[in-house]
Amino acid sequence: MTSIRKWQVGESLPEVTLAPVSRLDLIKYAGASGDYNPIHTIDEEAKKAGLPGIIAHGMWTMGNLAKLFTPYYEEGFVQDYFVRFQSMVFLNDVITLKATVKEKDEKAIRFAVAAVNQQGKEVIKGEAVFSLYE
Amino acid sequence: MYQHDIGKRSAKVKNVVERGAVKKFAEAIGDPNPIYWDEETGKRSRYGRNIAPPTFPRVFDYGVIEGLKLPSKGLIHGEQHFHYERPLFVGEELYCYAEVKDYYEKQSSMGLLGFLVIANNGEDPDGNLVFTSTSTIMINEAVRKAMSV
Repeated sequence: MTSIRKWQVGESLPEVTLAPVSRLDLIKYAGASGDYNPIHTIDEEAKKAGLPGIIAHGMWTMGNLAKLFTPYYEEGFVQDYFVRFQSMVFLNDVITLKATVKEKDEKAIRFAVAAVNQQGKEVIKGEAVFSLYE
Repeated sequence: MYQHDIGKRSAKVKNVVERGAVKKFAEAIGDPNPIYWDEETGKRSRYGRNIAPPTFPRVFDYGVIEGLKLPSKGLIHGEQHFHYERPLFVGEELYCYAEVKDYYEKQSSMGLLGFLVIANNGEDPDGNLVFTSTSTIMINEAVRKAMSV
């Protein structure tokens, strides 16, 4: 098991590229989260709302992005996690998850985090502070 | 338009971090790590039990803030922040409530945008804060006019 502490300022955790966003992904997230806003699952409702088609829940993308830190829960936990929703995620988009060390000390590591689509556009970006146990 | 709602809170609602709900949520965000759902993995971990993913507080019931009227359509989720004192434990009880933290308006290319900041908080049974989940929701001019407020 690698340690999260080994990464230095400027280095990145291994990136994760997701499979193309599918309708089933969003139906599953709607059910698991209780967010049934139909713009995420029903084409006609998305179009009525002025969208070209259904869009992913921002929280689906934010939830996915957090899994970059899951392998390190023996060393600490995600104390703060902030994102700004910059751009919409559509069906079949291919999202890549990124985290780069911005600052670090004995107690915590601050990461810049982002989810980027196949055009290289940041769909969400923000910060995560991973608090380290002694 | 929401200035007078700042400071309003809902009554606390008891929630349980349910094992099945955590497992389903972890699957839905494509994070199958057994720390979330496998009892043995949880027992062997430093937590001695399973924990929930950081964005899991979306599923809790935070009650209703009396008098706060939100449009049913056209809200844009602009920003989201989670702050934790510690991870959430599977099986624990949390007392959750919502609070209107702020409201402000800004000129943008889409006209005057309203920014409503709502905090969803969770406390342990002794009243210690475990997490705060803060959402910034954007409300555009058209939606506000449609609500005629």
